Amino acid sequence: MSLLELDNVTLRFGGVVAVNKVSFSVEEGEVFALVGPNGAGKSTIFNLISRIYDPAEGDIRFQGKSILSRQPHEIAALGIARTFQNIELFEQATVLQNLLVGRHRHRRSNFMTELLFTPFVRQEERRHREAVEKVIDFLDLQAYREKYIAGLPYGVRKVVEMGRALALEPKLLLLDEPASGLSVEETQDVAYWVEDIKKQMGITVLMVEHDMHLVSAVSDRVLALADGQMLSIGSAHEVQNDPKVIEAYIGVSDDEERAVA
Amino acid sequence: MRTVFKTSYDADINYFRHGVQATWYMLLLLLAVVLPFLMGTFAIGEMTNMLIWAIAGMGLMVLVGQTGQASLGHAAFLAVGCYANVLLQEKLGFPFILSFPLAGVIAGLAGVLLALPTTRLHGIYLAIATLAISILADDIIVLAEPLTNGVIGLFAPTIDIFGLKFDRYANPDGFYWLVLAVAVAVVLVYRNLLRSPLGRSFAAVRDSEVSAQAMGVNVARTKAISFGISTAITGLAGALMGHYAGIFNNETFNVIISIQLLLMIVIGGLGSIHGAFFGAIIVALMPQAIAISRDWIGGLFGGGTVAIPGLESAIFGPILILFILFEPMGIYGRWVKVRTYFELFPFYRKDMFRRQKSYLKTERMR
Repeated sequence: MSLLELDNVTLRFGGVVAVNKVSFSVEEGEVFALVGPNGAGKSTIFNLISRIYDPAEGDIRFQGKSILSRQPHEIAALGIARTFQNIELFEQATVLQNLLVGRHRHRRSNFMTELLFTPFVRQEERRHREAVEKVIDFLDLQAYREKYIAGLPYGVRKVVEMGRALALEPKLLLLDEPASGLSVEETQDVAYWVEDIKKQMGITVLMVEHDMHLVSAVSDRVLALADGQMLSIGSAHEVQNDPKVIEAYIGVSDDEERAVA
Repeated sequence: MRTVFKTSYDADINYFRHGVQATWYMLLLLLAVVLPFLMGTFAIGEMTNMLIWAIAGMGLMVLVGQTGQASLGHAAFLAVGCYANVLLQEKLGFPFILSFPLAGVIAGLAGVLLALPTTRLHGIYLAIATLAISILADDIIVLAEPLTNGVIGLFAPTIDIFGLKFDRYANPDGFYWLVLAVAVAVVLVYRNLLRSPLGRSFAAVRDSEVSAQAMGVNVARTKAISFGISTAITGLAGALMGHYAGIFNNETFNVIISIQLLLMIVIGGLGSIHGAFFGAIIVALMPQAIAISRDWIGGLFGGGTVAIPGLESAIFGPILILFILFEPMGIYGRWVKVRTYFELFPFYRKDMFRRQKSYLKTERMR
């Protein structure tokens, strides 16, 4: 059984078909990358999995069960965490508080016990903090623990957002352009982290990324999309050399164009 | 500057960061407790009024400062708390010790009820909806005359807790201590809120609804809980306000009070407990300060005291405008800067607290 399956998923915005009959499955323990030019529907697929959009047709299954009847906030409880293309952190809170929000699905106290701050709540807080500290160590965020997001540089925010998703202890991690806007060194860090997330933590990763170096370095399988259509699926090397993918990115070569004319 | 060496996670969970901080707050509490021995009856009355406003301010702060939901309707919940408290005592014969917390619960439930249809609203639309509630409350009090005695109003009875009498006029010191105890209890609950998952989910909803949702926070439910806690605290303040005023009617809790409450927490500093208290000091004590200085100026020019209608608003308005222009973080924000200046002396830099220009995010996904 695949961890995540998209079965013939179609989404239309008015007359525009944003995602057209897309089917793929992500196996447990792999790094699966979605690539494609802007507007291909990559982030839209993420938003479909997050239940922000309802597909017009098709089904999305997680661990064999359809998630289409779930509310958007119930997706995290299933064990699916995500990051956002345009960083969506809690700006007026510290890095630590941001990561602790990631622990929300493990919350076992209710608002009455929390307002009274019973010993159980304190015990839970220590437990959440311990889990968060592991993420902080993993991503080297110690120096920023008490800092407010509003004052942090872009690169650090990217890492914090990944950390917040990891604090969820997910089964499936959705990374929306984890390396966009990062320097070469920072992108290398991301590559190591994705490797470790897969191998040490055993978390399956589905990511959208434009940086083909990163994609070919870390991903087991790649799906190329253009205009909401599936173009090619396979290893990074296969997809990169698929004529259809090359056409979508850089157009038809002069020879072929002449042949058509 | 003091460096705190943290040796356990509890250092971040506890109320105080270090012993010195705890000592200062205990001294402040001690001063507040012995205040009736240092001040006259009139001054203690004013301090009581200030504390009641601070409680109401904390109530609104939970909603506006912590959860980021604007409300221009909180006077309605002051009214709910006030009328519930007195009616439970008068009509059902409940003692204050029962009617007071129940007034909070009723106001809280009323808040949740309001939240159900309004959690989909944002920003200016939510402000308008809550403003309507405030105006509506005024009319409902007049219409429900058999219960509320309409425009004539109700008398608040003397508070009786196990034989101990608390009355603003007969026993102002006792009433002050009662209000102080409630204020301290609310501060503690507020602090518990801030250091628990609930407070963090409020902040999450405030800063990014879409990512709060992705973290598993039920946004609508969280907003409803925030409304409930906020209006419950405001209801408690309303009940105390009723006892403080002695007699109250629909005019006591009109829409101006709602606006004043919101202005108060903005001037005090949004998002902090300190802000509610600083704001309350301004709102409750400024009318007295204006009256005193007016008499003084009147005396200076040899004339008698002249009542100038609208003087308070005329002074209050510019203060608010100046704060929003020059110190959007309110009095508390200014206080933090001054404190940091002395802590780091002489290393304070001018743009240490400079806010990064961030552009309003268009709400991409709704």
